[in-house]
Amino acid sequence: MEIRRIKADDVTAAVKKLFMDCNYFIGKDIMNALEKACENEQSPVGKSVLSQIIENDKIAAKEEIPLCQDTGMSVLFVEYGDKVVIEDGNFDEAVNEGVRQAYEEGCLRKSVVADPVFDRVNTRDNTPAIIHTKIVSGNTIKITAGGKGFGSENMSAIKMLTPSYGVEGVKQFILDTVFKAGPNPCPPIVVGVGIGGTFERAAQLAKKATFRPIDTKNEDERYAALEDELLTEINKMGFGPAGLGGNTTAIGVNIETSPTHIAGMPVAVNICCHAARHACTTI
Amino acid sequence: MTKKITLPITDEDIKNLKAGDSVLLTGTILTGRDAAHKRLFELIEQGKELPIDVKGELIYYVGPAPAKEGYAVGPAGPTSSYRMDKYAPALLDLGLKGMIGKGARNKEVIDAIVKNKCVYFAAIGGAAALIAKSIKSEEILCYEDLGTEAVRRYTVEDFPCIVAIDSEGNNVYETEPLKYRRS
Repeated sequence: MEIRRIKADDVTAAVKKLFMDCNYFIGKDIMNALEKACENEQSPVGKSVLSQIIENDKIAAKEEIPLCQDTGMSVLFVEYGDKVVIEDGNFDEAVNEGVRQAYEEGCLRKSVVADPVFDRVNTRDNTPAIIHTKIVSGNTIKITAGGKGFGSENMSAIKMLTPSYGVEGVKQFILDTVFKAGPNPCPPIVVGVGIGGTFERAAQLAKKATFRPIDTKNEDERYAALEDELLTEINKMGFGPAGLGGNTTAIGVNIETSPTHIAGMPVAVNICCHAARHACTTI
Repeated sequence: MTKKITLPITDEDIKNLKAGDSVLLTGTILTGRDAAHKRLFELIEQGKELPIDVKGELIYYVGPAPAKEGYAVGPAGPTSSYRMDKYAPALLDLGLKGMIGKGARNKEVIDAIVKNKCVYFAAIGGAAALIAKSIKSEEILCYEDLGTEAVRRYTVEDFPCIVAIDSEGNNVYETEPLKYRRS
């Protein structure tokens, strides 16, 4: 395969569009799930909340304004073809320039502080982005991007379970995490679960799981069944839309897995609000 | 039934509000979230005067997105209230009449709500574009350096919210999920 040259500016333009699009236009998978939930919601208040969320998402798309004021920290999963060379620049810098332009020109909120503990001064352009890059064979760059709100991010958790916990231990930890989150992460939520790998791989998989459309299933039918079972259990908790009571606490549970160590079974739960925003493009 | 309230909210209004009531607020409200609360709280601790008078006011926990050209304000939905729990009782003791946010509050805040006869409203998290339709104008009052976290005064018309915790301490986040819990 021939080496392919891609201009840094083209990366910037693609990233800019992804962040504007994902903040204005909710995915079809989420909208379908919200509409279905609205039909099936037993609580009158819950039904009203869901119809307002649907109306909100339609207004945002029509007027091209952010559907949530928390336009998130910018997270990207990149599959970078090993035959690609970036011309006139550097890949990460081009990505961050795309984030800068999207948040500035797209009227997205700048929600990043440079120092986490002491200064906490806003960087005023939403950079730096969190970029997860995987080198793959090929001459294209595939980018999946999302703005991750922190109301739900703050409710996420990781636990280094060990093998004897088994599937029951995995379920218990996921359900405990969702129960503890209660009304805070803007239910109905999408639950991303990462199981296996190391400490950081489990967390990264959990985030990746929240980026997967909720109308898809894990390819392994055992995990697909676990996704269904967890969704049913979560919706028995009663928190409901906006936590004001009801039978729609979650609209999706996505599980991603990875090989792990003989001594371990890490489980990470990344909670995402109903504004589960992500968009994908290939350059 | 939806109750319409014209601000500033009165003690009588608050007395009549019950947890679970749907409310439309019209008038002006303050805004503030994490960083502004931290600054206000530090001033209170030092016995210094605040740059804003919170007496009789409602404060909305929000960090809005920028306004698009032609819009009065940007999308402005509520942020999680529990992060302000450390600071809220001190503001309620100073005469703040209520808060608008989303999600549960801790015992100290609920006790301060009951003690001071205040109210906690919930707005719908993630309905920022819709909620912004009820915000007619904004003015930055202080802490402009905080960007989205600056303290603003919003003029609102039929701003939609629900009484989450009333002046007697009744709490929808405790009572309502139990009605639908099957586990």
